Amino acid sequence: MQWNTMFSQLAGGMLVSTQIFVVTLVFSLPLGLLISFGRMSKNRVIQGIVKAYISVMRGTPLMLQLMVVYFGPYYLFKIKIGNGYRLWAAFIGFIINYAAYFAEIYRSGIQSMPAGQYEAAKILGYSKPQTFFKIILPQVMKRILPSITNEVITLVKDTSLAFSISVLEMFAIAKALASSQTSLMPFVAAGVFYYVFNLIVAVAMEYIEKRLSYYQ
Amino acid sequence: MNLLEMKNVKKSFGDLDVIKDISLSVGEGEIVSVIGPSGSGKSTLLRCATMLETMDSGELIYLGQKAGWTGADGKVVYAPTKELRKIQENYGLVFQNFNLFPHFSVLKNVMDAPISVQKRDKEEARKTAMELLKKMGLADKADAYPCQLSGGQCQRVAIARALALNPKILFFDEPTSALDPELTGEVLKVIKSLADLHIAMVIVTHEMAFARDISDRVIFMAGGVIVEEGKPEQVFASDNERTRSFLGRYGEMLK
Repeated sequence: MQWNTMFSQLAGGMLVSTQIFVVTLVFSLPLGLLISFGRMSKNRVIQGIVKAYISVMRGTPLMLQLMVVYFGPYYLFKIKIGNGYRLWAAFIGFIINYAAYFAEIYRSGIQSMPAGQYEAAKILGYSKPQTFFKIILPQVMKRILPSITNEVITLVKDTSLAFSISVLEMFAIAKALASSQTSLMPFVAAGVFYYVFNLIVAVAMEYIEKRLSYYQ
Repeated sequence: MNLLEMKNVKKSFGDLDVIKDISLSVGEGEIVSVIGPSGSGKSTLLRCATMLETMDSGELIYLGQKAGWTGADGKVVYAPTKELRKIQENYGLVFQNFNLFPHFSVLKNVMDAPISVQKRDKEEARKTAMELLKKMGLADKADAYPCQLSGGQCQRVAIARALALNPKILFFDEPTSALDPELTGEVLKVIKSLADLHIAMVIVTHEMAFARDISDRVIFMAGGVIVEEGKPEQVFASDNERTRSFLGRYGEMLK
């Protein structure tokens, strides 16, 4: 098999991996913020439910969660699942898993904000939403950026877990190529792809961090 | 009409009674200093007045409008949020540790609340903010960020930020306690210069000479009560044993 066929196949898989990556980030970052509100809620019922959810998401393997999301509808509700559901299951599984992690990161950032910032905002007459979105959240984002970067880099590599529900992302393709050609090369090439992807992510996050370093 | 009236205010944290039945009023343009040993409840009194802390009982009135009062069941009731926001516009507070917004430039720290809270015109707010910064001697720092300023400069920005909302009464909670003597001097000078603005000021401070010079009235607090209150020359020359022991050498010097 020629090199460029292998690369073009892997690149096709990369497209799916990137899709999972982007969709997961776009939805889990805001969802995580919402969940962190629930986690910090004074309502004990809401707080308890959210706590349990985060505990399960962090306490069980992501691969297992993907399986449950994919096969669950059939085994639990006898809903017939088509082939098209695979990618959707991957999206849903990744989003609810990463939202849980992001929620805890948001919470740590929000709770680390000094009370004086809230007090100053209150005295100046800012409403609660204004206080949160104008004063608190921008500072929280700066504080939690290093932790977010960590998660985002892990996410790049975690997209390979989608192969467990037979989503044809890059890792699944590399594995298929490797066994059909009895060669290690597809894995090496896939490794290079993941590495370069993460290099780009790291550079992008560093750029954002720099942009936010105009104050300390 | 008094700008601020506090009647029989009590506040405790757990078993600790921090404020035991304090009443005080502040008239228009009046400058009142609150002095007393650490832990005497001075800051808590300010925090109750500015509603950062809720009273356990008592009454809080701004310009005749009740902000908080003791209900029939003995619990304190506060006015509805909408009314409180109106009442809140009457006062500002300068904190001991400034509490500037670090992600806003100096200018934005001063002009953002007028724009987003009072919905004032952006250009007009910018002009007012620049004038205030000039008054504080900080016109050249408008584009700087708080982390680039000294403590004294930060506190002056905080004062400009409070003034930008046109309060009728301005509270200072130990405005110079986080500063060294040199920076303390520049902040006190600025506060003194506000006296001609005819804004009422309530200043919790440990700077005795400053309190004596600037105040129309001095309140000496200890153990959660007002021990003595009066013109500066009266309080600083008091024969009251508790006042004497607090002022110590200072009392002798200022006599």
